[in-house]
Amino acid sequence: MPITWTIGILVSGLIAPPESLLLRDNPNDQGRAIFISWVCPQTESITGFRIFRACSLPGKFIALNRELIIGTEYLDSDTMLCDGVPYYYFIRVYSAYDSVDSPVSGPVVSSAQWFNTDRINVLVLAIIINGLFIFYLLRARHNTRMFIRKINGLDAIDEALGRATEMGKPVLFSFGLGYITDMVVIAALPILRRIASKTAQYAVRLIVPNSDPLVMTTAQETVKEAYTEAGRPDLYNQDNISFLTSDQFGYAAGVDGIILREKPGAIFWLGYFYAESLIMAETGHSIGAIQLAGTTETTQLPFFVAACDYTMIGEEIYAASCYLKPEPIMLGTIKGEDFIKFLLIILISSTVFLGTAGRLLANEAPFLNNLFMAIVNWFIPKS
Amino acid sequence: MLYRTGPLILVFGTALLLIIAFFIPHKPFGDLEARFLNWYAIISGFTFLLGLDSLARHHLIKIVRREKGWFYSLLLVTSLFGTLFWGLYSWIRYASPFALNAPFMWLYKFMIIPLQATMFATLAFFIFSAAYRAFRVRNLAATLLLIAACMVMLGNVPIGSSIWAGISWLIHQIFPNTNLEILKRWELFAAAKDWLMAIPQAAAGRGIGIGLALGGIAMSLRIILGIERTYLSS
Repeated sequence: MPITWTIGILVSGLIAPPESLLLRDNPNDQGRAIFISWVCPQTESITGFRIFRACSLPGKFIALNRELIIGTEYLDSDTMLCDGVPYYYFIRVYSAYDSVDSPVSGPVVSSAQWFNTDRINVLVLAIIINGLFIFYLLRARHNTRMFIRKINGLDAIDEALGRATEMGKPVLFSFGLGYITDMVVIAALPILRRIASKTAQYAVRLIVPNSDPLVMTTAQETVKEAYTEAGRPDLYNQDNISFLTSDQFGYAAGVDGIILREKPGAIFWLGYFYAESLIMAETGHSIGAIQLAGTTETTQLPFFVAACDYTMIGEEIYAASCYLKPEPIMLGTIKGEDFIKFLLIILISSTVFLGTAGRLLANEAPFLNNLFMAIVNWFIPKS
Repeated sequence: MLYRTGPLILVFGTALLLIIAFFIPHKPFGDLEARFLNWYAIISGFTFLLGLDSLARHHLIKIVRREKGWFYSLLLVTSLFGTLFWGLYSWIRYASPFALNAPFMWLYKFMIIPLQATMFATLAFFIFSAAYRAFRVRNLAATLLLIAACMVMLGNVPIGSSIWAGISWLIHQIFPNTNLEILKRWELFAAAKDWLMAIPQAAAGRGIGIGLALGGIAMSLRIILGIERTYLSS
């Protein structure tokens, strides 16, 4: 044991203290954070580092990390840290037997920033994309003739409702597990309104089981207004637009039960769906209902394609309100969307070409690869 | 007038604030999104009372009127209030409903979790029936889908390499000119499967993703500018 200690003390004498202690305010944040980095000239026999901080010199230094850290960077976002106060730091490096301190460094002051420079790429793209959308919106005011391509899924609504009416069966509509904060749920509301309007006209029962009470309330209001507009407020029954559960498989079991008991003639799956999508859509298929689906959850699209008669893919569901109510100003956004897609195709194709040329001509024209990397890096989100 | 324009102004103002907050980390913008989400969580917490009211009323009416299936409604109402009772009891008696020896935890572990797992397990059968219909060879597109799906499935299961050895032997029997040794090489098959997933599948997925993002921006802009008002039922 004394031999081990002796060797340890001899070894500890060889530990070099951390150098180049760099302190700076953590950029692009709400303040109250200081970024610390250092260089460790020696990595062998080191077990870790502990960071110490004081708010004055001479002053009492407090250890910031209980567990030793291994790397050479540390973000001090301690809740006790205040903006505008000068702080001093030093690093203590530990070996198995001893420890050595770096010189004290500082002062450093933390502050909050008024602009997140890491998000400048998002700002530029947001200005370009929204600018183009607004340009097409304004243009649409004067241009009343705008074309929107056929969306089979939306055209099939009348067919599905007609079939349910002929069979004397109810209609089922589900938002899935979507919340009112999900864009797809808001996009599905005009479709529900259209369906409710038709079911009121045809005097067909419309069932809307919900997994979120806020969505339920919104659906109740939408259906109620559609029934009133159709001149059949007497047919509106709030009990048909009910809450089931917010549990994923509990909801699937509840909806499956309704499908098997009520045997709806038409089923609409429009909203946010997860693994329960196929369980519900296959049950709907098993009773022979005509099914129409639309979701932004791309992982569930193949299941709906396999089980449903019509599926709205991608942004088709977002275009529903424009398609069902084709006002020029609404269609303007679709036109803008198409133009941006065209620009993106050009951008992606040219970047692919540039990347390929850069790789093939790496020796002859290295600037091509550098330009390609600069473009790719600019698009990568930083925070 | 205010009934119509009030909510539109509120939506426009809130959206503008949140957009600004995305780029400004300084207070009071920095934590605005988290603050708004907290408000939403509080509001949605209270709306669960609406859900409870809807569910309980729907089933109590069924029980009172002795409608078809009223017994199931009775079971649901009993379970609903029973769970609520045991939850409150566990909270008072054991400080938390999820305490290890609390009756609520027993209900959660031995009733709710197995029921959820049972429903999830039925998915396997539904996938089988849906896959059977989707992969039926009707035309060229369906045939390509079948081949791609079989390759991906074989490439992902542990027994895939053994099955592929059998398939390659079968191909060699049908087409004797093919080189069985090259055909049998599992790594070539796995590479083909990876290529399918990484290139054509990812390309299609990203195409849909870009469309969705643009559709989402267009929809948001319509809502922010008050062009899309369906969420206000107008």
